[in-house]
Amino acid sequence: MAENATKTAEATAIAGGWAGVRIGVLQALHGTKGYYAALIISGMLFLAAVAAGLHAKYIGTMHAYGASREVPWGILISTYVFFVVTSTGLCLVSSIGHVFGVKDFMPIAKRSVFLSIMTIVAGFFVIAFEIENPFRMAIYNVISPNLTSNIWWMGTLYGAYLFFMAVEFTFLVLNKPRIATAMGFMGVVSGIAAHSNLGAVFGMLHGREFWYGPYMPIYFIASAMMSGAATIIFFTWLAYKTNGERMDATMMRALNVTTKVGILLICTILFFTAWKFIAGFVGGEAKSAALELLLTGSYAFNFWVLEMALGMVIPLALFVLSRGQNLKLIAAASAMMIFGIFFMRYDLVIVGQLVPVYYELGVNDYAQLLSYAPSAHEIVIVLGGLAFVGLTFLLGEKIFSGHKSEIH
Amino acid sequence: MIPNRIKTEGLKKEDLKIVPDIERRQFLKMGLLITGVFAGGSILSATSIVNKAFASVREFAEKYPYKPHYSMVVHQDRCIDCELCMTACVKTNNVPTYGYRTKILERDDPKAADRKREFIPVLCNQCNTPPCVLGCPTKATYKNHSNGIVMMESKKCIGCKTCMAACPYNARYFNEEIGAVDKCDFCFSSRLSKGEKLTACAEACPAKVRIFGDLSDTASDVYNTVHNLEKTVWVLRAEAGAKPNVFYTKG
Repeated sequence: MAENATKTAEATAIAGGWAGVRIGVLQALHGTKGYYAALIISGMLFLAAVAAGLHAKYIGTMHAYGASREVPWGILISTYVFFVVTSTGLCLVSSIGHVFGVKDFMPIAKRSVFLSIMTIVAGFFVIAFEIENPFRMAIYNVISPNLTSNIWWMGTLYGAYLFFMAVEFTFLVLNKPRIATAMGFMGVVSGIAAHSNLGAVFGMLHGREFWYGPYMPIYFIASAMMSGAATIIFFTWLAYKTNGERMDATMMRALNVTTKVGILLICTILFFTAWKFIAGFVGGEAKSAALELLLTGSYAFNFWVLEMALGMVIPLALFVLSRGQNLKLIAAASAMMIFGIFFMRYDLVIVGQLVPVYYELGVNDYAQLLSYAPSAHEIVIVLGGLAFVGLTFLLGEKIFSGHKSEIH
Repeated sequence: MIPNRIKTEGLKKEDLKIVPDIERRQFLKMGLLITGVFAGGSILSATSIVNKAFASVREFAEKYPYKPHYSMVVHQDRCIDCELCMTACVKTNNVPTYGYRTKILERDDPKAADRKREFIPVLCNQCNTPPCVLGCPTKATYKNHSNGIVMMESKKCIGCKTCMAACPYNARYFNEEIGAVDKCDFCFSSRLSKGEKLTACAEACPAKVRIFGDLSDTASDVYNTVHNLEKTVWVLRAEAGAKPNVFYTKG
């Protein structure tokens, strides 16, 4: 009897879950003018990115993108890194609540999982236009895997991660928290494995001193948590703005504790960054040259203003000043962080390549540092990736009714 | 630790005439130590004690992992930058105008006693622990098990360019025509596989800068240059740890 009752309750819940989605789809058709405008703008940007990407493939990426033989990885790679770091971070921050059972974090969990899926899809979207032969990748990643390659592990594990996160979200919508939690745990494990491999893609290039070493995988995981905290804070605030609602006490409490995670992780990354520089200057000439680019060279604005001030120091001050209560300060801080972190990834990928490999040989050909500037094609694709996240966020809020179903 | 320190000395104090005789002799021995370390990958232990290693030349040679173990010795001071090697390479291997498989770098030293400029030919070093092969997700680039050449199987290349970022020698470029990363293969597909004995660049060089051959063959010029006590032999970017098979010397 009791079993039957449970089954009936489950069936009702599942039916309720899907019914909610149906109502949500209908709700998506009802929105303010601002909502529609945002949908249309982000949709058009996304389409423009598809067009730019296809055009780049058609005319040849060498002509369409700013990358070169010496600097083969450009803004599309750094944007991919930005998205997957954000995705992993969202997964990790959301897991504190619904996987590891810290109740205060529960209210932000469902939106986090949804956004982690959308940000990683945005990452895949951007990198699909960077990879020259994505179709070959689908075939030879499977039939000719190289197990020493971090790129292979990263791609494969992120594939598994996307699967687990998608299944997790489905079961969250269906109100089946147990399976969702199990899937969430698998998502965390595969996400950490995938993400540390992404760090190792850079960290294991033993010809590139700026990246080489165990620092990168460790830094990437810590950095992901920082990104995740900022992103979920910002989008939760934006969601309540979009839906025109006031936050209840539990959601305020969730944002309050997430703010604390943000504070902790900003301090961690500041600590990491300080030691990267201190240790780096004891290294070779090439590594020092890269660090000088950031400290006093052509990337100093990016480093001091965008990475340090907007990405970490000002948000840290605002988080502390807000005491986890002042929503305006918290929202401003998280928005600044997301903006700054984008450039943190950009600088990491680009500056690592700007010191020529023959720099220390003292030859005339490579006496100067290299340069890179993103092309119009690349910028449009990046904006399209960001627009994709915006678009799916807006639709998700309506379709899944503000991601409100409680997790017990 | 020792090889790194010696390598720096080797680069900066190339004029050995100023070094007293005994020191010079020791230096040359240490030079051989470095050579041993980078020559065969697995011969590190054999060369850690120089005298012991050279007590048995055959044992030393047998430690080379490939047969033939293709290698090149570049006599740096002989290069006059005529670029015939580059032209021959482009013609032989259909290298597109925007790419190159070999190049000649210039280094100026205004304070030098005689020549103020020297030329350094560079190409793929066919490393024994190649970072490009380590990073390639689909084994599109691989170390040939019989001859040690780092090769490309173009149809497997996804174009992620990890190998280009990984290469410590800037030896790779993306070939748009074949839709894959391309690189020097010691002319294996264009010449060696067809019975030729030399790479196009080595054959075209009028100054005998590039000596190409089998490092595991004790009778070869490359073996006898690399294992000559009177020669200082070095590799580029030894600190990258890729164990290259292109060696540099003077004289």
